[in-house]
Amino acid sequence: MSKHTISILVENNSGALSRIAGLFAARGYNIMSLSVSETDDETMSRMTIVSGGDDTIMEQINKQLNRLVDVIKVLDFAPGESVERELMLITLGATNANRHEIIGLVDIYKGTVVAVSSGEITLEVSGRADEINDFINLVRPYGIKEVARSGPIALSKARK
Amino acid sequence: MKGSEIFVDALRREGVDTLFGYPGGVLIPIYDTLYDVKDINIVLTRHEQGAAHAADGYARATGRVGVCMGTSGPGATNLVTGIATAYLDSIPMVAISGQVTSKLIGTDAFQEADMVGITRPITKHNFLVKTIEELPEIMKMAFHIARSGRPGPVLVDIPKDVTTAIMDNYEYPETVNMRSYKPKYEGHAGQIKKAVDLLATAKRPLIYAGGGVILSGAEKELLEFAEKMGAPVTTTLMCLGGFPGTHKQFIGMPGMHGSKAANFSFQNADCIISLGARFDDRVTGDTSCFAPKAKIIHVDIDPASISKIIAVDIPVVGDVKTVLLEMNKMIAPLELTKWWGEITEWIGDGMFTYRHSDTVIKPQFVIEKFYEVTEGKAIFATDVGQHQMWAAQYYKMDHPKQWLTSGGLGTMGFGIPAAMGAAFALKAPVWNISGDGGVQMNIQELATIRINDVPVKTIILNNEYLGMVRQWQDLFYKKRYSSVCLTAQVECDGCTCERTDGGCDKRGDEREYTYVPDFVKLSESYSIPAKRITKPSEVEAALKWAHELDGPCVLEFMTDPEENVYPMVPAGAALDEMIFWEDEK
Ligand SMILES: Cc1cc2nc3c(=O)[nH]c(=O)nc-3n(C[C@H](O)[C@H](O)[C@H](O)COP(=O)(O)OP(=O)(O)OC[C@H]3O[C@@H](n4cnc5c(N)ncnc54)[C@H](O)[C@@H]3O)c2cc1C
Ligand SMILES: Cc1ncc(C[n+]2csc(CCOP(=O)(O)OP(=O)(O)O)c2C)c(N)n1
Repeated sequence: MSKHTISILVENNSGALSRIAGLFAARGYNIMSLSVSETDDETMSRMTIVSGGDDTIMEQINKQLNRLVDVIKVLDFAPGESVERELMLITLGATNANRHEIIGLVDIYKGTVVAVSSGEITLEVSGRADEINDFINLVRPYGIKEVARSGPIALSKARK
Repeated sequence: MKGSEIFVDALRREGVDTLFGYPGGVLIPIYDTLYDVKDINIVLTRHEQGAAHAADGYARATGRVGVCMGTSGPGATNLVTGIATAYLDSIPMVAISGQVTSKLIGTDAFQEADMVGITRPITKHNFLVKTIEELPEIMKMAFHIARSGRPGPVLVDIPKDVTTAIMDNYEYPETVNMRSYKPKYEGHAGQIKKAVDLLATAKRPLIYAGGGVILSGAEKELLEFAEKMGAPVTTTLMCLGGFPGTHKQFIGMPGMHGSKAANFSFQNADCIISLGARFDDRVTGDTSCFAPKAKIIHVDIDPASISKIIAVDIPVVGDVKTVLLEMNKMIAPLELTKWWGEITEWIGDGMFTYRHSDTVIKPQFVIEKFYEVTEGKAIFATDVGQHQMWAAQYYKMDHPKQWLTSGGLGTMGFGIPAAMGAAFALKAPVWNISGDGGVQMNIQELATIRINDVPVKTIILNNEYLGMVRQWQDLFYKKRYSSVCLTAQVECDGCTCERTDGGCDKRGDEREYTYVPDFVKLSESYSIPAKRITKPSEVEAALKWAHELDGPCVLEFMTDPEENVYPMVPAGAALDEMIFWEDEK
């Protein structure tokens, strides 16, 4: 089984999301993450779904998505074909003693501090999913209070 | 213009001449507008499921979009089985459901059901009309989507307030342009060339034609293709009549109850061309042993049908008719004497045979006589079960759209309303063959049939069992007949058993009639003439009587209760692991 990032352009209407989610559920395909938002054209949304399966399943997922009347375009990115980014908000336990250390780590990952209180610090980090995972592992010892991840969004790589 | 008037105008512009429906609270404004409509036949069925199957039968018999309608809540949910039936067989249909007033949606209002949610997985597409301004375009898109590409049912859910609202400047759109929906009809020239080149090298080719041939109207092109090449043709249950059943190149239906010739051809072919067929599990048997020696070409308008079940070597995405027109320019005759020699051997004494009887009516015999009496020209629907398989095996369909059957969903109760819908469309007699189980599932439509005087002639093959299920219990569950006997009790060990506990059985040689309901009396209560036939010698005369009668009728044939459908490929077995009636103890 391999992991795939699928980017779907759909008509921006209320039914589209449930059609796509419904298709995955009804046919037993797996959704690891899903993110949806309007594009620059307000009549279209882009969904980015990370899914997995062998080649036959991935081919069927693609075809079944294309069959949906609301779907305008489906791109199934092979590794290396796309740029992918994910956004994470994470709140850690932080003391006066280690706050600077944490901020140092955030700088390395080009993240920012979003909020600070006496016992906690909330950070924003974006990057590839694996970088985010690395970051989480790195800060785990400080005590993770909460995490919210957007799931990856992707576009095809700009052509050289 | 009022919403309900826009709705009716849209139907007209889409060429709808018949609307099968059932009213209710939220549909009253629409029905009020329909009151004055004279150019559309408004058919009041006796159940919304009947309306949906009637619209489906109408569509199957004509190729046009069938239209049905039910009121919000229970009326709409009653359409569901009919919509799902059409979906699995790719039948063009527009189903209209009334919906509660917009501002009540989502409040668990009286007779509210989320029809868009419920039908999402069983429609090609569906719409909730949010404002009257959207109504014209949605109607246009609904018909367009239903009939184009791979056809299918489309549901339009219309809230009551939309039907009573007023729209200024109403105009029905002339064309549809949907950036997200553009079916492709032309096949890729390179793929077509590859397919033709492969076929030219075949020594043991097989043409496997499916429902797509009928949906596309490609029967002439298929005939030319097959005759030019000289290859054997097998047609799925959904394509019976898509290639003439009496043609010398026809080798029968494939699959679970298909012919030995068709199934063995699959297993021995070196090249298979699938035309609008979807490698259903009833056809392939165990997929890991399916067609082990063959290279496969697959022509289908829906890319998702291709390589879904069986990996194919040459996919051609496109409309069968369009693709065959191209292929027919290039195809050449093949030298197939040796291959036909093998096939002829598999055909043997006949594609389908059974053990005859002079004393008890064999269901196959009824179908054979039905074929003779109607000279092979009957248009007929079926229900689902053994009778459906016997009809498929023994009636040699020569014409597409002659055979209306629920293949994909296998919906019992389909027969009567589907035949009725077809008869409304064709204004000609349409037959229906049912089992005694399925016929009871929509028998209320006999009232619709009588009142509208549509010539639907129903044949009931009464084996007093849910025969197809009983057959599985007979063959694979040690004859433990659980909940399949329709005479009295829930468990049964078969009519031939000697039961002493008083549970059964009035069916000795005398076959004293204890069956409930009495179908003859029931039909007569609908003022539909009926006959019960108990002897083989009376079969032909009864069929002639029905054939010559103007108007509807019912024939009930009391058939051999424990007759099984053969040949049979047990579920999960390979196609060439077939059992035949001769194997029966
Ligand atoms: C009790 C029972 C027993 C059954 N036993 C058998 C059996 O023994 N043998 C058997 O064959 N079936 C049997 N069936 C039926 C079976 O379940 C399937 O319905 C049937 O095999 C499917 O037929 P098909 O492959 O022709 O596909 P269909 O369901 O008719 O699908 C049509 C295909 O054609 C494509 N298509 C549509 N329009 C076009 C176009 N314009 N151009 C190109 N392609 C197009 C579609 O995309 C689809 O892939 C049985 C059913 C029941 C209820
Ligand atoms: C609505 C529905 N319920 C249940 C089934 C399962 N089923 C398939 S065939 C069959 C038996 C049909 O019996 P009958 O109508 O008497 O026809 P026969 O097989 O005896 O010809 C049943 C119960 C079905 N196909 N459809």
